[in-house]
Amino acid sequence: MPATTFDKVADIIAEICGIDRATITPDSHAITDLGIDSLDFLDVAFAIDKAFGIKMPLEQWTQEVNEGGVSGDTYFVLKGLCANIDKLVAAKA
Amino acid sequence: MRLEYFQMIDRIAALDLAARTIAIDCTLPEQSPIFEGHFPGYPIMPGVLMIETIAQAGGWLVMAGLRFRQMAFLAKVSEAKMRSFLAPGQAIRVEATQDHDGSGYAIVSGRIRSAGKLVCEATITYRVMNFPNPALREGLLEVARRVGVPAELMQDA
Repeated sequence: MPATTFDKVADIIAEICGIDRATITPDSHAITDLGIDSLDFLDVAFAIDKAFGIKMPLEQWTQEVNEGGVSGDTYFVLKGLCANIDKLVAAKA
Repeated sequence: MRLEYFQMIDRIAALDLAARTIAIDCTLPEQSPIFEGHFPGYPIMPGVLMIETIAQAGGWLVMAGLRFRQMAFLAKVSEAKMRSFLAPGQAIRVEATQDHDGSGYAIVSGRIRSAGKLVCEATITYRVMNFPNPALREGLLEVARRVGVPAELMQDA
């Protein structure tokens, strides 16, 4: 995982959600650790989409988690989220 | 417009899904219970209803782009500015542009003009979800037909 992806995502979360940047780590869970609610998550998603020029498939990810096929950590722990962002960026290139 | 029924949209004047824009023409009613309270002796359209009007215009744009397979629910209003008043009987044009088509959400910037003058502007975030029940979708499609959504955009709905 390139450090820049995590740094960008952590900066976005800190700014939008008013969370101390120092408390955000690659192992932070966006919801259970950082307490990001669904509305703030929309703002975070928009900022990430813009910053990386992608469209995160949030509906697909949510469906996968709800159906039990994929752990929520895959998408909502920051290192997992950043890895998926990197995949989307690579797929776009 | 029937403000007390939240019927804010009279007629879609232009809908361009390629450009992600919509323009809507409306005329404020001469009389409405809303004006009795806002304000006695000086009736003007409440700013929150101006924002609602922009939100509905943007909502039609987003849902038309989705061929009415999903519903756009108001989630956030930002950068809202009410620059001047709107009086009973005044004609307005509502314009909206979809700035972002996210997964499960959409962002639209919109504005109201009257006689070419900017009256109100706002940026709206929508949560885009499946219709919670068939009745809502049918009701919205009925309104869509009334306000002039092209029939071909509703065929898949």
